[in-house]
Amino acid sequence: MPILWLILLVLALGLIGFVLGRSRALSNAGGDIRQLHSLPSYYGSNVLLATLIPGLAVLLLWLIAQPMVIHGQISSMIPESAYTDAGSLNLVMSDVKRVAEGLDIAVQEGALSVEQARDIRTEFTDIRARLGEVGVALGSNVEAYVLKAAQRYRVMNAVGHWIMTGAVLAAALAGFAYALMRTNKDYRARNQVEKVLLGLLIGAASLAVLTTVGIVLSLIFNTIEFFKLYPAMDFFFGTTWSPSFGGGSELGILPLFWGTFYVSLIALVVAVPIGLFAAVYLSEYAGPKVRAIAKPLLEVLAGIPTIVYGLFALLTVGPLLMNVFGEDGGLGWMQGGRSVMTAGLVMGVMLIPFVSSLSDDIINAVPQAMRDGSLGLGATKSETVKQVVLPAALPGIVGAILLAASRAIGETMIVVLGAGAAARLSMNPFEAMTTVTTRIVSQLTGDADFASAEALVAFALGMTLFVITLGLNILALVIVRKYREQYD
Amino acid sequence: MNDMRIVKRDVDMNDTKISAKGVQVFYGDTHAIKDVDVEIKDKTVTAFIGPSGCGKSTFLRCLNRMNDTIDICRVEGNILLDGEDIYDKRVDPVQLRAKVGMVFQRPNPFPKSIYDNIAYGPRIHGLAKNKADLDEIVEKALRRGAIWDEVKDRLDAPGTGLSGGQQQRLCIARAVATEPEVLLMDEPCSALDPIATLQVEELIDELRENFSVVIVTHSMQQAARVSQKTAFFHLGNLVEYGDTEQIFTNPQDERTESYITGRIG
Repeated sequence: MPILWLILLVLALGLIGFVLGRSRALSNAGGDIRQLHSLPSYYGSNVLLATLIPGLAVLLLWLIAQPMVIHGQISSMIPESAYTDAGSLNLVMSDVKRVAEGLDIAVQEGALSVEQARDIRTEFTDIRARLGEVGVALGSNVEAYVLKAAQRYRVMNAVGHWIMTGAVLAAALAGFAYALMRTNKDYRARNQVEKVLLGLLIGAASLAVLTTVGIVLSLIFNTIEFFKLYPAMDFFFGTTWSPSFGGGSELGILPLFWGTFYVSLIALVVAVPIGLFAAVYLSEYAGPKVRAIAKPLLEVLAGIPTIVYGLFALLTVGPLLMNVFGEDGGLGWMQGGRSVMTAGLVMGVMLIPFVSSLSDDIINAVPQAMRDGSLGLGATKSETVKQVVLPAALPGIVGAILLAASRAIGETMIVVLGAGAAARLSMNPFEAMTTVTTRIVSQLTGDADFASAEALVAFALGMTLFVITLGLNILALVIVRKYREQYD
Repeated sequence: MNDMRIVKRDVDMNDTKISAKGVQVFYGDTHAIKDVDVEIKDKTVTAFIGPSGCGKSTFLRCLNRMNDTIDICRVEGNILLDGEDIYDKRVDPVQLRAKVGMVFQRPNPFPKSIYDNIAYGPRIHGLAKNKADLDEIVEKALRRGAIWDEVKDRLDAPGTGLSGGQQQRLCIARAVATEPEVLLMDEPCSALDPIATLQVEELIDELRENFSVVIVTHSMQQAARVSQKTAFFHLGNLVEYGDTEQIFTNPQDERTESYITGRIG
């Protein structure tokens, strides 16, 4: 039975449970709703949930567990002579699955009968040709053990599927019967249903946290793998970045880190004053009409994809800077359009709405009573802003700046297009440099062996970046939280 | 009610400090204050009483042009401070507010140290020549605010860490520090407990020696305890204005009598 049908069946069972549970509770109370502990629909929902949850849980667990169990069984059927390590065993196993799928398709198309598919032998039939006829291409001739394994795989899958269907329906029915039996007018169905809802909410919240943990774990294992191949000291303190896929590459993070830091610094120098001034204007001086137009306009900037900013950097800002600081302008500081300054300026523009929108919210959260108090003492508006509103909002603004900084550090596209690809340690902001994020992209998109240090270094870089931005975010949260209630 | 009255001080209270004539206030289309005439005496506590929404706070805010900060608010009529029209174009509202200080309903200390809270006004108006001068001004203001003994050892502590009553006295001290001539108080005790209220009321009576004080209050007992003059507002009109004793014992207007006996409110 296809899984979709199974799900629909369980759902239908649940709906029947809803109707039955509801009417059983009502009849138990003699048709008087006031006799019931909960509203009738809660009794219905209780049976519905008691049917759906065990049924779908069994289904989910089975779907996860069955392939693992079958995989284990089948791989023990492959003779040890056919593979040398875990990697080639996986190759053989994927062959087995291909053949099994091919047999399935052949049966569906009528090229083979069910019995034929079960009993077919490599000794008597050219499997590759027969499967080729139904459109399943196999790379090589099918070995006898592969075919046997594939046939066994099909059988186990089919049997497992039937047992699963039975188990799911049994679990659903058990829950159904149990909940329906317990339904009477004094049963606390409402509390029960709310408990389930609580569980649902907790599940949603923990899923997000678990995903983060999963991301960290996947990074950690590859990072450890990398440090086995390449010494950590050379990675963290090396001043040269020259990966060569032939081997003998130097993978020092410092030039990349310097590039990231330098670009982010320029971006923040641009974004923080402009964003902050914009926020002060919007929240303190602008009238409601100006605010209604200007604020969304400013926030449109935040919706522009960063690749578009990258193009802007490459096509407009770079040449513009060249005209002033390059050979043409007479200064000769700049060799090409791509430089730290180009990327930094454009990234700063990207961060302006980020800083201004967060700061605007924070400034608005400063109670009007503070402003009144200051104005009532004879302070002007700008004195009030400078000496009362901004100091009161400062912790929040610092938090906003740190959040902007962690965005700048993680930014990729603008840097790829604006800053160039040369890893170097230099103080000149008009030279091309590169950052951690862009190197992660280029190390993983090459056709390097995935197990080499040159590819694995991407994970070490990612991990370092993750730790830094996490640190910044935590710092921002701590600062915001520590001072938040000061004026409440 | 009389046994709770604070002992009357003998001060001269004959000069008119603020004189309002035909004041009208509009919030957008709402006519909030209708043709109010009032003469506020120097070195006197004047109480504004009336039911909620009667316009007493709005009128109070006209006296130092705090209503200017509200866009839709429009004020007509004349308000003279020492004979000068405060709504004249030549008058800088910022300068005016330094002369007419204000204390708000809820204590609103700045998130700064106690010292900086008090020093805020003197600093922006350049009242102190040097640090020692400023220290002196701060101490004097805190003493006048009747809070010096409680905070003299922790002037660097944040003002927001004080209790509600202390915060309100700090705010009064902050307003006093700029040496205003008139002190406006908008329900200064509404967020305080009875003991803190009593302390603030005693303070108000002491302030009368140096300032003209105008207080908006919901509590008629408070008006009776601290004020010498009382104005009763109702629905944007000034119904009755006179000596506090006369208003509470022998009101001329029927609405005043209904309000102070609790029949309308």
